[in-house]
Amino acid sequence: MKWDVIVKWLPKLLEGAYLTLELVAIAVLVGLLIAIPLGMARASRHWYVRALPFSYIFFFRGTPLLLQLFLVYYGLAQFDAVKQGPLWPYLRDPYWCALIAMTMHTAAYIAEIIRGAIQAVPPGEVEAARSLGMSRAQTMWHIILPRAARIGLPAYSNEVILMLKASSLASTITLLELTGMARTIIARTYLPVEIFFAAGLFYLAMTFILVQVFRWLERKLRVDALQGR
Amino acid sequence: MAEAIPALEIRDLHKRYGDLDVLKGISLTANDGDVISILGSSGSGKSTFLRCINLLENPHCGRIFFSGEELQLKPDRQGQLVAANSQQINRLRTQVGFVFQNFNLWPHMSVLDNIIEAPRRVLGLSKDEAIATAEALLAKVGIADKRHVYPNQLSGGQQQRAAIARTLAMQPKVILFDEPTSALDPEMVQEVLGVIRALADEGRTMLLVTHEMSFARQVSSEIVFLHQGLVEEQGTPEQVFNNPQSERCKQFMSSHNH
Repeated sequence: MKWDVIVKWLPKLLEGAYLTLELVAIAVLVGLLIAIPLGMARASRHWYVRALPFSYIFFFRGTPLLLQLFLVYYGLAQFDAVKQGPLWPYLRDPYWCALIAMTMHTAAYIAEIIRGAIQAVPPGEVEAARSLGMSRAQTMWHIILPRAARIGLPAYSNEVILMLKASSLASTITLLELTGMARTIIARTYLPVEIFFAAGLFYLAMTFILVQVFRWLERKLRVDALQGR
Repeated sequence: MAEAIPALEIRDLHKRYGDLDVLKGISLTANDGDVISILGSSGSGKSTFLRCINLLENPHCGRIFFSGEELQLKPDRQGQLVAANSQQINRLRTQVGFVFQNFNLWPHMSVLDNIIEAPRRVLGLSKDEAIATAEALLAKVGIADKRHVYPNQLSGGQQQRAAIARTLAMQPKVILFDEPTSALDPEMVQEVLGVIRALADEGRTMLLVTHEMSFARQVSSEIVFLHQGLVEEQGTPEQVFNNPQSERCKQFMSSHNH
């Protein structure tokens, strides 16, 4: 093990890790914003409200993220309308392609987490809100969603950690996030074991920090105390 | 003098689940200050009747009046009656409190937050106003020291008293109690009954579904005995407990009077 090589390339690996975190953070936060209305619609009583989010979720959960990345990165350029469109400066950039694919992918999973959490809110607690005169919208906003957030939080933290590791796929469309950076360094040094080992440590460290953040959040929101009711 | 408008009037209420007729035409009138206990064996439709009044369940037929104002109903595709005007039902629900068998407090909120939530969102009270009301109510039900505690840190009796305070915070004209002590350990029943008795003594209008016979006898101005979805016997506690007319009611009373 050539430790000095690892030390030498640490700043570059750190740069890659920073891009990884940036991609994941934006994807899971924007994904959450997209997923809230999707999940709410998915929990609707009306089939025509459920239909659209169902198709969306069916597509993005049913196909691999790698394929979705390729479709966005290589696929969109096939259409002249896209190449002449105002969004082309973004859509030809692998950074934005990775963000779009990752966000839409994780939004589908988070939407299902939210749907399950909404449906797991005990009906009696909803009845209590309605019996006090709260409208459907007030009940959803002030009672059901805050309650569902606590029910769904452990599953969401799991999804964030899965996305952290799935983000390594962005290296296939030329992005120099942690895995991409590691491969680039290996091409220069011919030392795959050292560099992949170091990259692995970075992933472990990031996961560890995320787990701590979510543990703190779960304590703050009293998630444990609400179980088993 | 014209007759006073009843606080709550229900006419000919019907409800069925599939082919099973649960309520077969129940009428009931509650005047201001009435405490009406609804008795009957399980499956007689007591809870269903109570839940139909504020549309937690949807009846199939019947008319409901709150202080003379008729609840606007329309049939849905399954033939159940649903609220025709969502603003009206929300407004009327603020005037009809409901106390559940299982309390149904929101476990992610402190006791105080449970109580101020609806007054703030629905009545538009400021946070300070709502807290002032809530603290007075918590003192009234005897758990003033528990305001910052979460529901799962309370005993069942304390949870039910918090739930009653939450209902009272909306200043309802009528309160519906759906077996408020049935989910409680025996030693906690009395503390909840004590709160309900105090409300009865204040002259509040209440409908009470209960299995606590001696309590019903003491606090009620009227007893309604349901059997198989119909009012089998109705009258003052003395009449119904001491001199029941129907065979079914006699049986029920004798099986509960020892």
